[in-house]
Amino acid sequence: MPNPLNELLRQYLTVAIFAGLGLAMVGAMLGVGWLLRPDRPEPQKYINYESGVDPLGVMWSQSQIRYYVFALLFVLFDVEAVFIFPWATRLEAYGAFGLIEMAVFIFILALGLVYAWRKGVLRWV
Amino acid sequence: MIGVLARLAQDTGDGILVPAEPIQAGVTQIATPEIQWVALLPHLILVVGGILLLTIASLFRHRVPRWAYTIYTVAVAAGAIIAALPLWVRVQDAERGPFSAIAGALGVDGFSIFITVIICAGVILTALLADGYLKREGIDGPELFVLLLLAASGGTIMASANDLIVLFLGLEILSISVYVMAAMHARRFTSLEAGMKYFILGAFSSAFFLYGIALVYGASGSTNMIRINQYLASPTGVVLSENGLLLGGFALLLVGFGFKVAAVPFHAWAPDVYQGAPTPVTAFMASAVKAGGFAAMLRVFVLTFGTFSGDWQPVVFALAVLSLLVGSVLAIVQTNVKRMLAYSSIAHAGFILVGVEVATEQGTAAALFYLAAYTFMVVGSFAVITVVGRKGDGHHELSDYRGLARRQPVLAFVFTILLLAQAGVPFTAGFFAKFYVISAAVDAENYSLAIIAMVSAVIAAFLYLRIMISMYMSTDSEAVTGEPDRVPVPLAAGIALFVACVVTVVIGFVPGPITDLANDAVPFLVQVG
Amino acid sequence: MEELVWLIPTLPLAGFLLLVAFGRRMGEPAAGWLASAMMAGSFAATVVVFAGLFNEPESHRIFTQSLFTWIAVDGFEVSVGLLADPLSITMALFVTGVGALIHLYSIGYMHGDKDFSKFFIYMNLFAFSMLVLVLADNLLLTFVGWEGVGTCSYLLISFWFTDEQNAVAGKKAFVTNRLGDVGFMLGTFVLWTTIGSINYLDIDAAVSAELIAGVTATAIALLFFIAATGKSAQIPLFVWLPDAMAGPTPVSALIHAATMVAAGVFLLVRMSPVLHEAAWANDVIAWVGVITAFVAATIAVAQNDIKKVLAFSTISQLGYMFLAIGTGAYAAAMFHMVTHAFFKALLFLGAGSVIHGMDDRQDMRVMGGLSKFMPLTTITFLVGWLAIAGVPPFSGFWSKDEILASAWAFDSGGAALWVIGLVTALITAFYMSRQVIMVFYGRPHWRDETARTPAPASLSAAAENPGGDGEAELDVDGLARLPADYQPHESPWQMTVPLVFLSLLAVVGGVLNLPFLEELALLENWLEPVTLPHEAGSGAELWALASAATAIALIGIGSATVIYQRRRVSRELVERRLFSKGWYVDIFYSWFTGHPGRRFFDAIRWFDEKVIDGAANGVAGLVRRSGTALRSLQTGYVRNYALGVAFGTVLLLVYFITRIQV
Repeated sequence: MPNPLNELLRQYLTVAIFAGLGLAMVGAMLGVGWLLRPDRPEPQKYINYESGVDPLGVMWSQSQIRYYVFALLFVLFDVEAVFIFPWATRLEAYGAFGLIEMAVFIFILALGLVYAWRKGVLRWV
Repeated sequence: MIGVLARLAQDTGDGILVPAEPIQAGVTQIATPEIQWVALLPHLILVVGGILLLTIASLFRHRVPRWAYTIYTVAVAAGAIIAALPLWVRVQDAERGPFSAIAGALGVDGFSIFITVIICAGVILTALLADGYLKREGIDGPELFVLLLLAASGGTIMASANDLIVLFLGLEILSISVYVMAAMHARRFTSLEAGMKYFILGAFSSAFFLYGIALVYGASGSTNMIRINQYLASPTGVVLSENGLLLGGFALLLVGFGFKVAAVPFHAWAPDVYQGAPTPVTAFMASAVKAGGFAAMLRVFVLTFGTFSGDWQPVVFALAVLSLLVGSVLAIVQTNVKRMLAYSSIAHAGFILVGVEVATEQGTAAALFYLAAYTFMVVGSFAVITVVGRKGDGHHELSDYRGLARRQPVLAFVFTILLLAQAGVPFTAGFFAKFYVISAAVDAENYSLAIIAMVSAVIAAFLYLRIMISMYMSTDSEAVTGEPDRVPVPLAAGIALFVACVVTVVIGFVPGPITDLANDAVPFLVQVG
Repeated sequence: MEELVWLIPTLPLAGFLLLVAFGRRMGEPAAGWLASAMMAGSFAATVVVFAGLFNEPESHRIFTQSLFTWIAVDGFEVSVGLLADPLSITMALFVTGVGALIHLYSIGYMHGDKDFSKFFIYMNLFAFSMLVLVLADNLLLTFVGWEGVGTCSYLLISFWFTDEQNAVAGKKAFVTNRLGDVGFMLGTFVLWTTIGSINYLDIDAAVSAELIAGVTATAIALLFFIAATGKSAQIPLFVWLPDAMAGPTPVSALIHAATMVAAGVFLLVRMSPVLHEAAWANDVIAWVGVITAFVAATIAVAQNDIKKVLAFSTISQLGYMFLAIGTGAYAAAMFHMVTHAFFKALLFLGAGSVIHGMDDRQDMRVMGGLSKFMPLTTITFLVGWLAIAGVPPFSGFWSKDEILASAWAFDSGGAALWVIGLVTALITAFYMSRQVIMVFYGRPHWRDETARTPAPASLSAAAENPGGDGEAELDVDGLARLPADYQPHESPWQMTVPLVFLSLLAVVGGVLNLPFLEELALLENWLEPVTLPHEAGSGAELWALASAATAIALIGIGSATVIYQRRRVSRELVERRLFSKGWYVDIFYSWFTGHPGRRFFDAIRWFDEKVIDGAANGVAGLVRRSGTALRSLQTGYVRNYALGVAFGTVLLLVYFITRIQV
């Protein structure tokens, strides 16, 4: 009788072999490059590559916080849409119950939007 | 929403065991679950209460006085408790008993109602505490109260969830609200830091938790706890122990719960977050969030995975031992009182884990008693810390407590009682809490755990004594540098302190009623229907 | 009507809580009136319960009321429950009755005290604790009351705590009582392990079922007797009671004469079914009782402080009660407890009235001739004197006579017990007559020049001997402030009314249990469901014993008259140094704890410091070091924390993978 665990592990063997091969490939390529290339360090070589233009300032620059809020609102309604699509395809099957549930869902999200609006988030100062 | 989710969960839940239904032409009505509104009432009151407050406050042009928010929040939480009482009577009725609502998504039993009441009590005390705090710190708006109510609804959903997906939903509602609450004091850098840390690590652990659910689902073919339980008890389920899938699920779920209740080694966030968060929020985290987390843990592990207790008990044992020892040992080397109590709350979590570990009804009842008693002790303690913290919420060093007994003897006395209760001194609620947990361990013949729990109680006692000593001792240097002023105690915070202190002492003298309630509140897995 | 039993302890509790909340604002005298009203209400409730119980047929005179479950730890369940049966209601009746009178008296006595309302807070708390002790239906709840009265006793003895002597006396009472409490706890533990319950009704049932017998019963009886020797001031733990007189006089009357000190007697009567099975423990109780009675009486002869005489007299009378219990006459013990409560409370309140009239002087040597100044106090005090001296038909005669009769009838060594008891009765009559003569008759001594000149030698002696043994030095310092033409005054009506009531009770108290006919032994018949019936001698024998007792009492009074009134014989003849020093018991205890005991305790301290503390400090150091080490893990970086979580997860997963059964 085949051992169920061994069966399970055998199924994963392929994955393991692929993973091993992948790692070996990466290692081999980097290793070969390291072996073959000449090594002459210069300061210019350590400058970050930005499409040929010398970089300005530090890399840790901050982006406008307002983008963040908009991004958040976008994700919010994006997720809402993700919920609504599958629901719409089966709306008839759910009937009135489904309609009310979704109305409640959208209503609560709309309240969130109202709150954000009242807080002045939608205004770009 | 819960209904739809539950429905979805159920649909897919059957999928793996039963061949998928062939797609039929035309519209087939999906049977929508019947909703027992009565069962949902406590949750609905909290959710609607929270949303309503947000809506009204954002549409209302005039400034609403803050006390109105406080009273509103207290009223909503009290309403949820009142709504829960008829349910309690109903589930304790021998003929009707516990029942499940919304197609088995929520279970209504004594256990869930008990936890609901604890969480609502935590909300009431926190709201009272927050009132004076927000005024002192100059924070406007109803957000904290809204989040408080939403977090509470998440906690109550966790406590009554009968389905792992619904449980996760509750967990996230609770967690996300608390992340924001932790960062509520936006002008304090530490508060923001606490919120950020909690959020990142919380999301991290939620991922583990969700993956745990997925593994359990993969192993048992359902996310519904009753079905999981039935499946695991069946002959096919027994074979499952040979399958790593289920055990991996246990491990990841334990990581999620361990994080939520701040058990070592998933505790590292707790001291930083507790210290950084606004103190009333810390009080809420230590009481209601912990209660929700333990409620879910008890229901999932002790009840649903009860037949596999041999597999998970050693891990919970290790978590309990580590939490007890690391929590109490690290607490005594701190010099910041708020941080000390954060570590001590880890040790308390260890005690409750002892109740979980024994995996008996007695252990569950002991854990419930502990949660009830601990809620009042810890909110009371953090109430004192809130008050003593002064403007800026920064005076939490041990030296800030020096001479408190002379300046404000009543406040110091109340704090002493609460600390003694946390230390487990007889005639306080803390004594019986520890006593019941340890005796549950002894009755389960788990002597080593009982002994470690007692040892850690002794170690932790030193910590509470340290705070007390600094309150009652005063150095001569004060006479030179001048004494700090008396700290004002706002009325609402005073009420919260009074209630917490009285309940702690009364339970300490008369534990019987709470013991009876906790014994009646053992959880059930209720058949769908 | 028995359902009202919960009201009995609740009313004083309500009084206590109200006074705690509003006492300071109510002030004098409203706080006192509130406390007294609560006690009166409690008394009324007790009467109602008594009436209800009385109307039941004899076999149904047990009523239990379980208020709520107090502690439930698997198997060990204690409820807060009240037990109303003839015994507890008898106790409750005189506790509330005498208590109410003493509360009323205190309004007058405490007049002008700055802590007026605090006094009544303690008094009501005491009454509540005492009623819990009496009415509890299980040993643990009784113990709560037992500790409660101990605490109140401590608080009230050192009520004027700014005087160090009072504070010391309070501590002494507390510590001595603690020794006895060990016996109570151990007794409870033994009972619990034997029968698995600490409910009185279960204990009775267990005795009937012969589950408690032989050595166990003896052990339990002795342990509870140890508890009783503490609370009821018997040898060897009697030393605290004389010092307890430092408290206000109403306290001495209520707590240290009438009620609390009787708790030990009550406890043993409560446990009488067990005592009945305990073989030689009864002999121990009887002998300790009678020896205490004798020794305390002899000490009382040589005391000069008006309250100290009464204190030793109380110890002596309590000894009689233990004698009764040891010889199996439980009803007689209760009878004497009740009559003693009447006349001793009367005497104490009378003494308080005298002290009040004498502007807080307590030394009897400076008193004298007070009958002219305080007629009402004198008359009532005389009633108490006749009652305690055992002159028929006053109440003390009947109860003491019954105890002596039962001692006579005791099988082992009964005659010896009787003789010692009789001699004690003689001494009792003697020292009480001495007191009456010194206080109320003869010349007013505070006008004597000799008494008014300070004697430096005696002053230093007093300073060397604080806490006061029997030979208290003259309070010359205080006397110097008392003008020679000082006129003692009669006390206000709040003080004299209780005196009159109590003196009436002291006269007629004997009616409760007359020996002539079986129907007349009301108390014994009433208590019969609780205590076992007891037969003591036949008619003629009883008459003979009673005559002997009467004669002895008269001889005692006569000889006191000869020595103190007529001064035919020097008082030095009877006031021996041995007596005035209290048989050197206190001094021995001080010496023992100071010398051999001290060395022993030093050894223990060495062991504690070096071995136990050493180990504890070692562990603490270890804890601290490991804490510091662990602390370094708490870096504050989220990435490290996340790594920790991940590390834990891996550990858990590894563990669970090892659980996979292949």
